[in-house]
Amino acid sequence: MSTVILLLVTGLGLGALYFLIASGLSLTYGLMRVLNFAHGIFLTVGGYASWWIAVRLPFGDPWRFLVALLGCLVVGAIVAAAVEIGLIRPLYRRHVEQVLVTVGLALAFTALVQGTFGPDPISYPAPSWTQGVTQLAGANIPNSRLLAIAVAAVVFLVLSAFLRFTRWGLIVRAGVENRAMVAALGIDVQRAFTLVFALGGVAAALAGALGALYFGNIDPERGTATLIFAFIVIVIGGLGSFTGSALAAVVVGLLQQFMNYYASVYWGFSAAGDLSVVLLLAVVLLWRPQGLLGRSVG
Amino acid sequence: MLRQPRSGRSTVAAFVIFALLAAIPFVDFEIPGLFNGPLNEPGTLQLLALCATFAGVALSYNLLFGYTGLLSFGHALYFSTGIYVADILLTRYHWALLPALAATFAAGIVLPFVFGAVSLRVSGIAFAMVTLAFAQAGSILALENPGRLTGGEEGLGLDVTNLPNFLIGVVNTRYLYWIALAYLVLTFVICWWAVNSRPGKVWLAIRENERRVEVMGLNPFAFKLLAFTLSGFLATLGGIVYLLLLGGATPEVTTANLSLALLLMVVLGGAGTLWGPALGGALYEYLDFRLLKLSSSSEIASLPGWLRAPLAEPLFILGALFIVLVFFFPGGIAGIAGRLRRRPRQQPIPVDVEVPPEVAQ
Repeated sequence: MSTVILLLVTGLGLGALYFLIASGLSLTYGLMRVLNFAHGIFLTVGGYASWWIAVRLPFGDPWRFLVALLGCLVVGAIVAAAVEIGLIRPLYRRHVEQVLVTVGLALAFTALVQGTFGPDPISYPAPSWTQGVTQLAGANIPNSRLLAIAVAAVVFLVLSAFLRFTRWGLIVRAGVENRAMVAALGIDVQRAFTLVFALGGVAAALAGALGALYFGNIDPERGTATLIFAFIVIVIGGLGSFTGSALAAVVVGLLQQFMNYYASVYWGFSAAGDLSVVLLLAVVLLWRPQGLLGRSVG
Repeated sequence: MLRQPRSGRSTVAAFVIFALLAAIPFVDFEIPGLFNGPLNEPGTLQLLALCATFAGVALSYNLLFGYTGLLSFGHALYFSTGIYVADILLTRYHWALLPALAATFAAGIVLPFVFGAVSLRVSGIAFAMVTLAFAQAGSILALENPGRLTGGEEGLGLDVTNLPNFLIGVVNTRYLYWIALAYLVLTFVICWWAVNSRPGKVWLAIRENERRVEVMGLNPFAFKLLAFTLSGFLATLGGIVYLLLLGGATPEVTTANLSLALLLMVVLGGAGTLWGPALGGALYEYLDFRLLKLSSSSEIASLPGWLRAPLAEPLFILGALFIVLVFFFPGGIAGIAGRLRRRPRQQPIPVDVEVPPEVAQ
């Protein structure tokens, strides 16, 4: 029983990370049909920026971690906005070229981080509380997982409220529905897009810092590796659907964690979790090509 | 821009160029700066053979991306199918060469057919992500070493006992070079023939406007699946050549980075042309090799740190080059050549295939 609860919580924790990355991807795609292949670099930026700040601060935790976290969110927003304005906006509506540019950026940036900070994982100065465990129904749950879940839940609520109750959120929702109509009504969709892009960058940077706690280190390759699962999440959830990506993130995280554990215990095969996620993607595509919560194609 | 069959002149040009390439193992003069030794030295021939192999694999990817407008991020899967299936059959199961090759050919047709049939359920960006996911599954399998078949992170060295003698040893690199060149020629001819065939015309039409193809009563799915399968098969052949050339498999060839590199090669050369991607593939492989050599050179080591870090990473230079290319030379090398000639006979497509929102969802 305690194993099931442990797997449940760690699976949700993984799903929380996926959600933080996938939410930004899904909204930018929904609004502008932009597939940002460089979205993973925001995760890398978040992890490395918070590490860089944390090791330079003179005072101790928890303030050290909180300041580093805040700093990495600011850096994430700035980097994301710079990518949007500098690389994506000039290629307005040329979707394949936008993908190509972000592919080039992802490769170049990952290589740059490797060249600057070294190709090996760097251990992360995690606050002691996040390295401890909490007793929950007989299971020892690592606090970093609980933190990831709590933060992702807050982000989900805040973003949902943003989309639902603010004017910008209204523009974003309307733009996902029918961008041409919103633009025809004289509303600047482009600015809403820059905002969404920066928000996505912040969420991914947050995932970078939380992921550093989750894995205990930062790694130049993690951005791309996690991005691939975030892609799977948004296709399963339905491209452009915010709630869909949240739902799919939870499903994928749980499936991956449970399969990883039981397959390696019973068959000694530890890649089963990752493979079953790909299999789930294939099944969803055959059954509902538009994704779980995507609108059906006419 | 349906292409007319090539004029006699360019056929002759192709013959001359490939004949010159085939003669390289007999030439022993040095090209200073370009290569480290004489042209017919094994190291140089190996590099040239790698360039020819990737030129062919880039051509196969070009069938998908350049001619049919399908942006796949998973082409590495079919390339590594050729490498790993042949390697496992020869090394782990000690099959004879011919049955192993036949089985690898079969895998190279069945796998892209099945995966293509599933991933072509969606189009546009979703297709790109799904192909990426399938290729990732392949990469995970290769790394995970199920049943100790793939060798995991260390890869799997090729057992050469069942190979003919002329394929083994450094002194025989010239034969491997000729095999790689033959693969390039074969791929080139097949691609040329395919894009000029009737399905090839439909591919171009799908690239330009898929809805219209549908309205005309054709089934785009079948044609896209044909392109996907043919392209995957040609990549598998390239994988076999690569396996013979390097004498083993390493899991790097299965990663998303290789699929992305193929995309870079095709865009670098000029998507939707025949010469472009071949040139792009060869050039990319050459640059990748030389930049790696350069990064460990003393000139780089003496630079200040902020300059050394980026220059020591080939992928940084290639990625940055790629961004510049997309912004300023969207037609790649073929586009530049066409602009210089002022009489573009073979117009490369600027890669801005619009994904209609209702299809992409």
